[in-house]
Amino acid sequence: MFGYLPLILKNAWRSRRRTSLTVLSIAASLCLLGVLMAVYKAFYLGEVAPEQALRLVVRNRVSLALSLPLSYLDRIKRLPGVREVMIYQWFNGVYKDSRDPNNFFARFAIEPEKLFVVRGELDVPADQKRAFLADRRGCIVGRRLADRLGFKVGDRINIKGDIFPVDLELTVRAIYNAPVNDEALYFNNKYIEEGLPEGRQGQVGTFYVLATSPEAVAEIARQVDDMFRNSTAQTRTENEQAFTLSFLAFLGNVKAFLFSIFAAVTFTVLLVAANTMAMSVRERTKEVGVLKTLGFRAREIRGLILGEAVLISLAGGLLGSGLAASVCGAIRRGPATFEQIRNLSMDASVTAASLAIAVLIGLVSSFIPAWNASRVSVVESIRYSG
Amino acid sequence: MKIPLAYNLRNLTVRRTTSLMTALGIGLTVGVLLAVLALVDGLRQAFEATGDPLHVLVLRKGSDSELVSNLGRTVYQDMRSKPGIRRGPSGEPRVSLELVTIVNLPRIDNPDGMNITLRGLTPIGVEMREGLRLTAGHWFDPGKREVVVGSAIVKRFPDAALGRRIHLGRADWDIVGIMETRNSVSNSEIFADLNLLAADNNRSEVLSSALVEAPDEASLAALIEDLNNDRRLNVNAQRERDYYDAQTTSGAPIQYIGTLVAFIMAVGSSFAAMNTMYAAVARRSREIGTLRVLGFSRGSILTSFLIEAALLSLAGGLIGLVLVFPLNGVTTGIGNFNTFSEISFNFHIGPATALKGLAFALTMGVVGGLLPAVMASRKEILTALREI
Repeated sequence: MFGYLPLILKNAWRSRRRTSLTVLSIAASLCLLGVLMAVYKAFYLGEVAPEQALRLVVRNRVSLALSLPLSYLDRIKRLPGVREVMIYQWFNGVYKDSRDPNNFFARFAIEPEKLFVVRGELDVPADQKRAFLADRRGCIVGRRLADRLGFKVGDRINIKGDIFPVDLELTVRAIYNAPVNDEALYFNNKYIEEGLPEGRQGQVGTFYVLATSPEAVAEIARQVDDMFRNSTAQTRTENEQAFTLSFLAFLGNVKAFLFSIFAAVTFTVLLVAANTMAMSVRERTKEVGVLKTLGFRAREIRGLILGEAVLISLAGGLLGSGLAASVCGAIRRGPATFEQIRNLSMDASVTAASLAIAVLIGLVSSFIPAWNASRVSVVESIRYSG
Repeated sequence: MKIPLAYNLRNLTVRRTTSLMTALGIGLTVGVLLAVLALVDGLRQAFEATGDPLHVLVLRKGSDSELVSNLGRTVYQDMRSKPGIRRGPSGEPRVSLELVTIVNLPRIDNPDGMNITLRGLTPIGVEMREGLRLTAGHWFDPGKREVVVGSAIVKRFPDAALGRRIHLGRADWDIVGIMETRNSVSNSEIFADLNLLAADNNRSEVLSSALVEAPDEASLAALIEDLNNDRRLNVNAQRERDYYDAQTTSGAPIQYIGTLVAFIMAVGSSFAAMNTMYAAVARRSREIGTLRVLGFSRGSILTSFLIEAALLSLAGGLIGLVLVFPLNGVTTGIGNFNTFSEISFNFHIGPATALKGLAFALTMGVVGGLLPAVMASRKEILTALREI
């Protein structure tokens, strides 16, 4: 069948302008589809890093905005399979001007000694680690965050409290490297607690739990939630991955949003491709007659047309995937509200899916023109004047 | 001399399938943009309509949301004695102390449920919300475990119907009324008795916010300044309107992503429109030659083809409108990071949104049609006539 390739190429390249425009049009749509699929993959099919597989987050069942009593910590710690439990308090707050999304990053109040157990993968120079542990008003920041905002050891970071009536004046004592979540700032929870009015003490936003083995994770989640089922503050315990996704779910039905855009784009690109193929086949009615006189069979004519369409949309698919890769790169480098955005990429599987869609679009869009052309009679087509 | 419009219309209808497919492509692109605009517009309407122009919302200093604010009962008492607050017929100041918390209601399509704002208030709070009325049942009795739910909640949560009993926080509450305001966030809230709710939450002394009413618009600014400058109170007072306006930003991510998607799709659709118009020019080469022979200028041929492209895309824009119009008025919900609860609102396609959609379509058509039209107008008469 590859014997026909030169003929297909010649046909496709005959109307250069139309072919290029079609390729560009398909490329724009497939770029979009590629990015959508990459986003879907990054959020919902992302691989769990080994260090993440051991961690759980316990939060108030109703909402993240509601807190849990500090007394839960010891009770969770006593459960089988639990290695460590740490206070994990989302501070929010305002750094410089909150209107600039670049100034947004995660700030957590934690227990310093436990941090290096629960997040054992943190890579910190020993002297910096000691300095952080020794300074109650010190903080430790992730490498990516430090690079983005230019933080160096010894720098002062001021964060105005909003959820908490405490303004932080922190000193950067350490910078950590980590394969995941390297954009957070951690500081000592005691710092907030000192500044809180009595009525608000003893409350914790979330607990970070480290399990002894990945197998224990599901069982711990069940046990924690069962233990507090009849308490005032019921809990929801999830693995780290699910916990981040619950933020996303809060924005609305993200999956439905992605799917509806996906459907609209696919349908549009199908229309575009079908239209072009119909136009170019119509123009060539006479040629089809000539080919038939020369002895080409209906099957071969169908193949020629389908092949041309597939070739064009595959070219669009390749270009689109290339564009999508650079779009993903740009998004990846920008400020990220969600850690998963850092994994956004047109990897082999997403690219393969994009190209498969391109082939499919080529086949579906040219099916009717190809069928019609193959069935038209020789006399009829040679008489045709377009 | 102008080429008649009918010529363009006939040409579009002669190539029915091609025209329709191109228009449909443009229509889908416009549809995506319109859906996003309708969502953002509906959200904006819901927030804009909320808040009385005379109301001042008082939070604890440093808090920018009712949910995280802690306002002591003593602050409320001190505030009541302030001058510049409107007083009711019996002389009591129009100040409403409120507790805002969130509860989780289960939904059929979401097993985790959605979060709803639960507001505790006293009768004065209900009285101050003048646009608010009951569509069924009665207001809750102070001291009883009774709640009134917003009309949007009843639509989205089948369990929250009149006469049902729901579990909120620690206890079961009877639903005794359904309330409604025009397009406001109160439609997405549940109201209950302040003191019972505060006791349930161990917050009898520390509540969330206070709503204060000024006698007239002229004295509103002075009242806000007075409250904000009182160091003893330590509060953040702002117009209720401003507070809700700021929350419109919860639609920003969707607006941003949706517009970007529509833009990329528009690039694709413009190329498609360009293809269609180039084909039209190529097929009508002899016609163009004839028109030139008849005395039509290059300019009128350029305009004619541009108009044809515009008509094509306008048809696409209309298709987009027709596709998206059923969304108008459909109720949906979106998470609000300010209140950490769901706000219900209706998609809204107003004249402004519709016009934006058509303008978007027209831009695609003109961008796609410009180069082919230029090519058509540049054709030499003789070569044009000779082409087949």
